[in-house]
Amino acid sequence: MATIIVEVMLKPEILDPQGQAVASALPRLGFTFAKSVRQGKRFEITMDGDPTPAELAEIEKAAETLLSNPVIETYVVKVIK
Amino acid sequence: MSFRIGVVTFPGSLDDRDAARAVEMAGATAVPLFHASDDLKEVQAVVLPGGFSYGDYLRCGAIARFAPIMNSIVTAAEHGFPVLGICNGFQVLCESHLLPGALTRNSNLHFLCRDQKLKIENTNTFWTNGFTKDQEITIPLKNGEGSFQCDDETLNMLESEGRVIARYLDFDPNGSRNLIAGISNERGNVVGLMPHPEHAIETLTGPSTDGLTFFTSVLHQLVGR
Amino acid sequence: MKLDTVAIASQNPDTEQPFAQLGLKDDEYVRIKEILGRRPTSSELAMYSVMWSEHCSYKSSKVHLKQFGEKAPKSDALLVGIGENAGVVDIGQNYAVTFKIESHNHPSFVEPYQGAATGVGGIVRDILTMGARPIAVMDPLRFGLADAPDTRRVLPGIVAGIGGYGNCLGLPNIGGEIVFDETYAGNPLVNALCVGVMKHEDIKLAKAHGAGNLVVLFGAKTGGDGIGGVSVLASETFNAAKPTKRPSVQVGDPFAEKVLIECCLEIFAADLVVGIQDLGGAGLSCATSELASAGSGGMNIQLEKVPLRDPSLSPEEILMSESQERMCAIVEPANIKYFLGICKKWDVSATVIGEVTSGERLNITFNGELIVDVPPRTVAHDGPVYNRPIAKPAYVAELAAKELKVPMPESAVEIKAAILKLIASPNIADKSWVTSQYDKYVQGNTVLAQPEDAGLIRIDEKTNLGVAVSTDANARWSYLDPYEGAKLALAESCRNIATTGAKPLAVTNCLNFGSPEDPGVMWQFAETVRGLADACLELGLPVTGGNVSFYNQTGSVAILPTPVIGVLGVIQDVRKRTPMGLPKSGLDLYLIGKVDSNLSGSEWAYLHGEIGNTAPKSDLAMEARLVNLLLDGQSIFQAAHDVSNGGLAATLVETVLKNKIGAEVSLTNTAVELLSETPGRVLVAINESDTNGIVALAGKYQIPIYKIGTSGGNDLVINDIKISIEELSKAHTETFPKLFG
Repeated sequence: MATIIVEVMLKPEILDPQGQAVASALPRLGFTFAKSVRQGKRFEITMDGDPTPAELAEIEKAAETLLSNPVIETYVVKVIK
Repeated sequence: MSFRIGVVTFPGSLDDRDAARAVEMAGATAVPLFHASDDLKEVQAVVLPGGFSYGDYLRCGAIARFAPIMNSIVTAAEHGFPVLGICNGFQVLCESHLLPGALTRNSNLHFLCRDQKLKIENTNTFWTNGFTKDQEITIPLKNGEGSFQCDDETLNMLESEGRVIARYLDFDPNGSRNLIAGISNERGNVVGLMPHPEHAIETLTGPSTDGLTFFTSVLHQLVGR
Repeated sequence: MKLDTVAIASQNPDTEQPFAQLGLKDDEYVRIKEILGRRPTSSELAMYSVMWSEHCSYKSSKVHLKQFGEKAPKSDALLVGIGENAGVVDIGQNYAVTFKIESHNHPSFVEPYQGAATGVGGIVRDILTMGARPIAVMDPLRFGLADAPDTRRVLPGIVAGIGGYGNCLGLPNIGGEIVFDETYAGNPLVNALCVGVMKHEDIKLAKAHGAGNLVVLFGAKTGGDGIGGVSVLASETFNAAKPTKRPSVQVGDPFAEKVLIECCLEIFAADLVVGIQDLGGAGLSCATSELASAGSGGMNIQLEKVPLRDPSLSPEEILMSESQERMCAIVEPANIKYFLGICKKWDVSATVIGEVTSGERLNITFNGELIVDVPPRTVAHDGPVYNRPIAKPAYVAELAAKELKVPMPESAVEIKAAILKLIASPNIADKSWVTSQYDKYVQGNTVLAQPEDAGLIRIDEKTNLGVAVSTDANARWSYLDPYEGAKLALAESCRNIATTGAKPLAVTNCLNFGSPEDPGVMWQFAETVRGLADACLELGLPVTGGNVSFYNQTGSVAILPTPVIGVLGVIQDVRKRTPMGLPKSGLDLYLIGKVDSNLSGSEWAYLHGEIGNTAPKSDLAMEARLVNLLLDGQSIFQAAHDVSNGGLAATLVETVLKNKIGAEVSLTNTAVELLSETPGRVLVAINESDTNGIVALAGKYQIPIYKIGTSGGNDLVINDIKISIEELSKAHTETFPKLFG
């Protein structure tokens, strides 16, 4: 059994008000370590067995067409065994 | 024989019955279209209404765009079929790539319902030909993810081609680039609008009757065919 | 853990059971054993413990609440009264309207967003289950001081939760209240009201009739939401496979509820259910016992058929789960295929979990083993009834004996400063920061919404029939005199309805109090209910249902008694409604009703740290005449606004700021006129040509009227005081963004 992680983030040039809100909240709570914060999404997908190259290509396609909106987001696919 | 305008219902659509009311008030017949069927029932135009299709899960409109009805609408739109996407409908049109750009979270992070002033800048589209150039109107805006975003290239294209059909006036409600409230495709048959014209059709229940012109415009267009 | 079945319970009478941990008293445990003739199984114990809790059984309030039935006025409009999920009234043209208000106080303190969201979800399902399409919501909210840190934690989350859930359901939010008072610190009040509409023949009741009819559970899957204390039953043996956390907070999914609404309405339109109940507090155990108890008496449930989100749930946990967005319907076998087909269309999970029987017991099996065998009435309707001790607290007489000393402004400068201070204070300030987070337009039938005196919804687009709803409470008056306080709150709510041009028809209530174990609180409660019942009888308005929330206190300090009264009214033609804002200049302004100098319970007194000595004495005969005056004179009123919190000062400022039309008025005894909150006063604007008309109305209804000025200009002018609209607007609108923005 494998777990596929797909992480989706807004493109750097897109306004991220949620990330900004978090960045403003941290110092109010006494946390001063952060220079900036961006907020994204993480999908955890389980499948039987490890993905074949064909299946990996499918996962990439799903990430590109459904899990992310390429107009404003980028994604990264990781396989965890 | 009146014109038939389809109004799509996705799971979670909310302003579908309101859009139907506006269509009827404009003098056409509203035809309900269910998301799960690809049958456009011979309508002559389609409205994608506001709401929270699929709860706005994943991204607004991201799941609705794959509905069977959308396959038919995308194909038809590419051949000049008139489509108006209001609010969530606008989001579906962007996710379907019938319109460029994307709608993201309001910059102040809150849902905002207010009577919003707009300037109608393009009166050549199927849905705005009833307005006069630069006409100022007031219709309700109500959403949490209405911030129009796109890259610089897209923005320049939209502005230089006059495809920004409506712009926010007096107040920036959500951080949209260039205060863009609505855009059209190249041909002008597909229009996406963030505010809600279907809630400005009678002064009893809305801030004006300015919204009705969007719906009467498409009828003018259809008469001309 | 081995299943505790009826057989095992019969054979092992001395097994120790954690009944005290589940909130049952010794005598209640004994009573359960008497009812069953043996010790209860752990599933039965769970059912009784939750269904006999204060929240579900109303054991401390029942003896008082029955006055609503005993003193119920004769009303032809009442179609369904107290006892069902919500009351239903006839509004004419074959339309029936159902409405109810409920509390979700404690969960909102724990998890503001989800607490408030699920509060909205719950009340909407109560309305849906009556067979109605929900058409509007309103939310009276009460918090600690506006600038307190915990208010900053709680208020934004609650507002976002109400908006997040209600907006996603497509329900316009048309009114409500936001009130700040230190009494609610640690005990915010989140009361949620919902209104629904249907045709008379569509009314559905929560009864299980007809042996052989099927019991269907549909909606969201069942998880471990809200189980909380019941997990003590499952804790005796450690089971490594279970998730260790049982959430005590319920999490809502408004999308699931939206599709559930559409699914139910299609099912209702096809007339496919014999009875229906929503699953709220105490989940499945409540729904099944109530349906069976109200019906022919018998039901079999196969609990293993319940679709689970979390397969590790024990049977006790399945029964007690408060997972949201679930309904339970009784369906004839001939209709089940059609029923399931509609659910499939909307992608709503639906499962047959049992059937109605000709017997008199509720039998629940789990994989064939009998784990519950109870007479359903004893669970759902014959719970314990307490006669809690009542003692009038000493503070009442102590306060009444004191003089109320509040500095009153005299000079023009002082009066201007007082007005600006009042309208900038959090209780009076503009609430748009909150209300703009709610959709008020969806469904396209909202004629009036906050900050108008009442919310007004069009019911029929051809005839323009409409309904008005208002919620009101004055906790300070209720504290000083709970009997009068209840009457005054009802009067105010009726007055708000009539101010918009609608006729009051029926009443709902949400009674928020401290601990019923405190005799002083019980006195407040008893007097409140007595006052409300007496007032309803005198005004001819039936109570159709409501909610009691006890235990709103921190340690031994109870909140001020806060009975929230909701009134529903009907208007024959919504186009004739009277809005609150001055529509144009050149109108004559009249004040209807007379003022007195009792500032007890007023905002002005509150701003000076005073609560007062005695509440005003209600004059319901006058209030009834005032309602009739407002309705009779509706066609001449160009604007009307009721005088309440913040006195005439607030009323004038609000009516001026709505459309930015100024006013010029002359007052004598100015400070008292502006700051007093004497009940029974309304500000109206008429055309000069209607002067004879308003004078005639005053005579006919024996209520004094005073011409105080005219509308127009860019200022509010009171005698020699002049405040620009700009200055008023600034003071009024800056407060909330500064506090919460």
